[in-house]
Order: sequence, then C-alpha cells, then structure tokens
Amino acid sequence: MSVPQEAPVSYANIGREKWWRRGIFASQVGYVTVALVALIVVMRIASPYFLTQGNLQNVAQNFSFIAISALGATFVIITAGIDLSVGSMMCFSAMITSMVMTSLSTPGMFGADLFVHLAADGKTVVANTPGLILIVSILAGVGVALIVGLVNGFCVAVLGLSPFVTTLGTLSIVRGLGYVVSNGRGSFPGGPDVDYYYALTSGSLFGVPAPFIYLVFFGALMAVVLHHTAFGRHVFAIGGNEKAAEMTGVNVAGTKIAVYVICALAAGVQGIIICGWLGSAPANMAISYELKVIAAAVIGGANLAGGVGGPLGAIIGCVLLEVIRNGLVLAQVNSYLQETLVGVIIIAAVLIDRFRSRVS
Amino acid sequence: MTSSAQSLLELKGIGKDFGAVRALEGVDLTIYPGEVVGIMGDNGAGKSTLVKIVAGNFPATRGEIRFEGEPVHFRHPIDAREVGIEIVYQDLALADNLTATANVYLAREVKRRFGPIALLDHKAMANRTLEIFGELRSETRPEQLIRQMSGGQRQAVAIARTRLANAKLVMMDEPTAAISVRQVAQVLNLIRNLREQGVAVMLISHRMPDVFAVSDRIIVLRRGEKKADKPIRESSPEEVTALITGAKEAA
Repeated sequence: MSVPQEAPVSYANIGREKWWRRGIFASQVGYVTVALVALIVVMRIASPYFLTQGNLQNVAQNFSFIAISALGATFVIITAGIDLSVGSMMCFSAMITSMVMTSLSTPGMFGADLFVHLAADGKTVVANTPGLILIVSILAGVGVALIVGLVNGFCVAVLGLSPFVTTLGTLSIVRGLGYVVSNGRGSFPGGPDVDYYYALTSGSLFGVPAPFIYLVFFGALMAVVLHHTAFGRHVFAIGGNEKAAEMTGVNVAGTKIAVYVICALAAGVQGIIICGWLGSAPANMAISYELKVIAAAVIGGANLAGGVGGPLGAIIGCVLLEVIRNGLVLAQVNSYLQETLVGVIIIAAVLIDRFRSRVS
Repeated sequence: MTSSAQSLLELKGIGKDFGAVRALEGVDLTIYPGEVVGIMGDNGAGKSTLVKIVAGNFPATRGEIRFEGEPVHFRHPIDAREVGIEIVYQDLALADNLTATANVYLAREVKRRFGPIALLDHKAMANRTLEIFGELRSETRPEQLIRQMSGGQRQAVAIARTRLANAKLVMMDEPTAAISVRQVAQVLNLIRNLREQGVAVMLISHRMPDVFAVSDRIIVLRRGEKKADKPIRESSPEEVTALITGAKEAA
C-alpha cells in the first residue's frame, strides 16, 4: 500500500525565539545577574568603600563560605530533592577534622606516634612528615560527610523516604553527634600542621581568597559534569520526569545516592574551610546555613520542583546575598533587616520567574 | 506471512493475576519479523498487561515467552531491551526539561573518552537525531526542548528512540491517540517503514481506521482472553467491533 510521502522536512513553521527570549537572557540567572549589577551600582553610590579592593576580597571570601555547599545542594535540588542537613554537616566535618588534627598532634594519643615526635627540648611537637596530619584529618572530615551522604541517599533512593523528612532527621542526628563528640564545646584545630591548614583555608593567592579559588574550580567542574557527562544528563532527567528516566533505563537510585553524597561532601569541604577561617569549630557553627544555601540556589534559578539549576545560578545567588549583607553593613542599616530583605528577594526572584514563564 | 518462518516472539499460555483479579488467561500468540500486528480490545481487556509482560515491566504469572526461539525471562525492562524489544509508551516517557536529542539518547548517551573521563559527544548525538527525524519526516529540531513541542513532535521523539536501538520488535501503545491528522499519517508511514526494514510492530490502539490502515494481522482481546487472531483482509471493522464488545464470541 503506497501512500504518498509528505513534503520534505522544513522548519517553516517553527522559528527561533528572539535572542532576548532564549539562552541566558531568558533564564533566572540572567535577570538575577542584572539585579546584582544594579545593586552593585547602588552600593557604589551609597558607599565609597564598596568597590575597594579590601571590601571586594571580603565579599569574595564571605560568599565563598556558603557557595561551595550551594553547588552541592544544587545537584540535589535539580533532582527535585532537598538536603536540610548541610548546616549540621559543615559543623560536624569541621569538628572531626580539627579533633583528628589535634589528637594526632598530641604525643601519647592513640596513633599519634606515627605522625609526631617531641623535639629535643621535650616540649615542641614536630611532625614526622609535614602535611601528613593535615591530609589525614581532612580525609577524616570528608569521610564522615561521605557516610552521611550515603545514609541520606540510601534513605531517599532505596527506601523511598521523602528527602525533606530524611534530611530533617540527619540535620538533627549530625548536629547531635557534633555535640556528643565535643561534649558540646566544639573543637579547635592544632598541632604542627595547623599553619598549613590556615594557609589553605583563609590564605590568598595573588590577592584572591583561597575559598574563592576553590569555588571557581568546583563551579567549573560542576558545569562540565552537569552538561557534558551522562551522569549530569541523568540528574536533569530525574528532575524532569523520574518515571521516564526509570523506564528508559537510567540508574535512578544510583544517581540519587550520588547527588546526596556530592551534596554532603560539598558541605563537609565547606565546613572544613569555614573552620580554618574561624580558627575553631564551635558546636553551634553553621546553624541554619541550610536555609542560606537553599535560598542562594533558589535565587539563582534552581527550581525546587526539579529539572532546573546550575553552578552559575548558585554562585550568583550567593553573591547577591552577600552583597546585600555587606552593603547594608556599609550603609549602616540595621543589620537585623538583612534577614527580612533576603526573604523578600527569594520571593521576588521566584515571582519574576513565574511571570516570565506565564508570558512565554 | 507464512507460519513456517522463524518466529520472533512467541507467547504460550500467558496468564497474569493481580491478587484476585485475573488480567490475562491462556494467551497464545506469535509475531513474525516484519509484520505489523494490531492488538485491539476494550479498556480492561488486558492489552496493557500484555505489553508490560513482553516489555519486562512485570513477569507473567503463568506461561512461556520465547524470543527468536529462545525462552526468555524478563525481570526488568532493560532485559527486554537487550534482546531487541522497544516500547513507545502511551505517556511517551520523556523528560520535558531536556532537548529532543537528550531524550532520544537518554541512558544510551554517546561518549568520547579522554583518559579516565567520558564526556558526551553532543555533535554525534545531534547529527544522528536529525537524521532519524529526517527519516520520520518530522519537523523537529534536535536541540528543541520537549516542553516546547507539539504532541506529534513528542511522538516523533519517542519513536526516534526505538529507531536508535535498531529494535527487532517495537510495541506502540496508542501512538496516534493525541496527535494531529497529519501527524497520524506520518506515524502510520513510519510503521510501514519499520515493517519494510524487517522490524515487527505491535500496535495497541483504540483507533480502528489506523489499525486497519497498517496492520497485517489483528488480535482481539476481551476480558483477558484472546478472542481473534486473523489476517486483517479477512476481517472488517464491524467484525472487530463485535469481537471487542462481545456481540460476537470469537473468530
């Protein structure tokens, strides 16, 4: 039976969108960036100190303190999940890192003999291999983050619990464990390697704060992973249509576990960096940071319903939050107003996106 | 189609219970390469259950499945896909935040290895997708997001996925239910193209004209049992309607 074939394929009836309605210009990242630039101009007018090198370094350092964690949280948000345990995770990883560092640097403590010995004066502690203690203690901090990430991922992906409830649970569990291991007092990094630790976390390279360098590295890495690997595709596919991803053969459980692990690792690394800058890991460190992290991701265009988000948005969101905080301090506005303003901005960013998708 | 040819899919005495509900009972059917078989039946007749058993979504309670003469036991859709069975789902199973190419290649991405890392080969995937859309005569851009597509374009993406896999048996669940007249003609042409290339198609549809337009053979299910299995030229829409409703017991 022969039915005449239709005319050859043509795209006559589907034009391309105008340039301002596609790509970055049509995304929330686009207009949040515009808002950010406007804000910077206003700040510059309001305060002559805003654009000084010292203040910009300060801003870069401060937003880097939540931005690395926001990158990790964005992975989870793209899959339509949520991770509320990041604040507790930052604190716990920081605590474990500094406790391991301190005890490995104290002669007589378990295992410390492998790493340190006393100098001839009988008082000075000398590292057997400089830097080794630091590496081991950072691995310990990252290791506990890995375990928490696996627990979150297992509960969500394999047991099918809701991400909100699971990570609300680990928020409390991990914070509690932090109080238990430190007796509620927090902990302090110490020992012969502590100077390396401070250099790596609160130092700077050619005037650029170290945390900012890590942020740029992780952000670029995340962009490659999300857009140029099969794993990234699957993360977006799960957020867009989890059932479809499952039916087409995507390893949904494995991908979900991986995003919770990435999120926990990012939070752990973030905690270790913050601890180096603070010089301690107090037991109440990073309390409620999960909300800042999620707020930054959402302002930057990540959709809590899943399927949308990226590193640039997460970073821009963090910058915006920090510029507002910094600007309000410079403008000598009541600092309690910050929280209120941040809330207004979250809602405004999401509202604008809603209007845009309704118009198009 | 001669029965002496090597069969592609052979079902013997397939039955499926959901608790106390008997969804399928004693279904025997054989599908040959390059044959289009229309499966018809009312809602609840067991069409979807049959498709899901062949697709590996769940196992049959009773009976035997052979594919290319070999007994097979599908535990997961991936098992069915590995032997060459592809399904175009009724709800199309597309992620609407991704592009056409990303959906066509979902879970089958083409990668280029750089040492230990494997990055997506965007160009290769986009080119092949464009080629397939050309074969399907679908006005669909590989880089277009599913969210921005019409029902017919979405159908083309879902069908393009089966073309990519070089499937031996394609099962289509209501492929013409929600698309324009012109797109229906395109989908029917595609089914003919598949047949010419030796691919067997199981077409599950409510739309009698579409089934009669492309099928070689028609199978009617009613209340979980096979009531008819005959060449389409020996049947008629009237007879099939009677078989579906039960006005005619069997043929």
